[in-house]
Amino acid sequence: MTKNTYRSGPDNDGRFGIFGGRFVAETLMPLILELEDAYKTAKNDPAFKAEFDGLLSEFVGRPSPLYYAERFTKHLGGAKIYFKREELNHTGAHKINNCVGQILLARRMGKTRIIAETGAGQHGVATATVCARFGMKCVVYMGEKDIERQKPNVFRMKLLGAEVIPVTCGSQSLKDAMNEAMRDWVAHVEDTFYIIGTAAGPHPYPELVRDFQSIIGTETREQILLKEGRLPDSLVACVGGGSNAIGLFHEFLDEDIDIYGVEAAGLGLDTDKHAASLSGGKPGVLHGNRTYLLMDEDGQIEEAHSISAGLDYPGIGPEHSWLHETGRVKYVPITDQEALKAFQLCTELEGIIPALESAHAIAWVMKLAPTLPKDHIMVMNLSGRGDKDIFTVATALGAEI
Amino acid sequence: MGLERIEKRFADLKAQGRSALITFTTAGDPDYDTALNILRGLPAAGADIIELGMPFSDPMADGPAIQAASIRALAGGMTVRKTLKMVRDFRVQDKTTPIILMGYYNPIYIYGVGAFLADALEAGVDGLIIVDLPPEEDNELALPAKAAGMGCIHLATPTTDPARLDHILRNASGFLYYVSITGITGTAAPDLGPVKAAVDMIRQQTDLPVAVGFGIKTPENAQNFAKFADAVVVGSAIVNIIQSNIDQEGLANPELTSRVLDFVKSLSRSVGAE
Repeated sequence: MTKNTYRSGPDNDGRFGIFGGRFVAETLMPLILELEDAYKTAKNDPAFKAEFDGLLSEFVGRPSPLYYAERFTKHLGGAKIYFKREELNHTGAHKINNCVGQILLARRMGKTRIIAETGAGQHGVATATVCARFGMKCVVYMGEKDIERQKPNVFRMKLLGAEVIPVTCGSQSLKDAMNEAMRDWVAHVEDTFYIIGTAAGPHPYPELVRDFQSIIGTETREQILLKEGRLPDSLVACVGGGSNAIGLFHEFLDEDIDIYGVEAAGLGLDTDKHAASLSGGKPGVLHGNRTYLLMDEDGQIEEAHSISAGLDYPGIGPEHSWLHETGRVKYVPITDQEALKAFQLCTELEGIIPALESAHAIAWVMKLAPTLPKDHIMVMNLSGRGDKDIFTVATALGAEI
Repeated sequence: MGLERIEKRFADLKAQGRSALITFTTAGDPDYDTALNILRGLPAAGADIIELGMPFSDPMADGPAIQAASIRALAGGMTVRKTLKMVRDFRVQDKTTPIILMGYYNPIYIYGVGAFLADALEAGVDGLIIVDLPPEEDNELALPAKAAGMGCIHLATPTTDPARLDHILRNASGFLYYVSITGITGTAAPDLGPVKAAVDMIRQQTDLPVAVGFGIKTPENAQNFAKFADAVVVGSAIVNIIQSNIDQEGLANPELTSRVLDFVKSLSRSVGAE
């Protein structure tokens, strides 16, 4: 990798340092190499960029606002806090940015059938949405446990014409949905494109998902320069697989800015019920890439836990593992309880109901901002809206709906 | 022994003019003792080469039968160390039947590649098939394994063209495993014609023996593929017999081992009859 930059990865083998790579079944390799070629060509094709930008502006509704959270800032009494409003995108989260990019790639490659995995259902809904928009067949794999806790999203996917297949093996959550999607893919390589929902999986997925999500960071740069005339001092985003975080961070990796990724600590890092793969895991190989994973001493992958279904995954994108080891990004844990408090405070003070995923980032802002001076500018990625989570929150608060 | 034991077995079979039967079972399925009993009975029942599955929590290339076998084995406390112990126990009475470990990379990576290769060779393992290590990742395990004298079985599939096959063969040894379908283990049955065409193509590029597997379920299937392949692999069909001979608590019924071995005998007769 080139010296003095954190932005040149991955290398030709799909590595960020030792992380990343292409750890997949041989059946998939020709297709993965074909995808890499197709993406390289598309990236340099002005027509592809024009089509992508056009859909982002008119279908997704970009740019998303950079919003000064005035009451939240005053309440915390420290840093000046901005929210990057990804929750205002079509379908209610950042996920759609990536889905638009990938379905355009699928079309260029002549694929006619789309598959996806989903945890909270946000990526499933975003995938089903772009499939409806382009008239493509859509199959979404979702753990049975997640189907139970995310019923509204399951119905939305069905309305959009997707077939939702319950995954009953393993822990019945996101990692098992990904296993099952990969099994489907191996059996349908000829006509099927796998829209992976986060910046993980075999090369080139971590790179292309990051690139499609980087619109978050490039917009933020323009917007903050307009509002403040300078770059922010810190950035905060939640990290499950890490696509919203890398989307915000990548633009700023070579700037003198403190960057924080917030992992889900579930019931606490001292318990076995969390999803913090960097704070509580170690490097291993799963789902096509080497990255930090939660596992036992024999290398068996362990189940993750988070109140937020979107962070409930025992791994993380490989670029985050590398940014963690190089120390460029600081990764911090937030528990279920802290996220719940942040969810409520943001709702009460700003009139914005955040996704439980994003509430983890808000909780870190609540810890950090009061320790910083008033001229410190902080940007937090509000990656999704929380309508989908009201049942989970009600249960956690002991309320009845 | 390692690679040599595989090469010797194929040379002997070639001299006899017959194809090899390769059986697959998962280490520790349904429990350590039963799995070891099956293993010990396999050579006499006609298995020429033994593939032993290393259970993994997330077996992405496997169908429902082998997924369930992995879960049973892990629930019973199976680990990489115990898998190697099982091979060591087997080797006490059998020094000639090659044993190939089949599985996923993470447990080996966590064990440590160097330590794993040394311990596996010492235990009597002869080759490895790691399904999530394509040739692009040969530096991880295939090259150190080659240097240590361990067989590195690589996979070719219906999506492999001649240029890619060249790449796959670069560090392949022991035999080449042709995955007969685009899919996971134990699901669709392969068509004979396209598989034969693929094996013919492979033979133009290598002298390695070619084994055919994925989806071969019956003695009749096995016989048909043995007509042109050097080896036929049967896995899920054997694992299904294990599954149907355990009770709800996961305990093996007394007939389990003999039922598995009877099926292997019928497979062996078919493969040998061709």
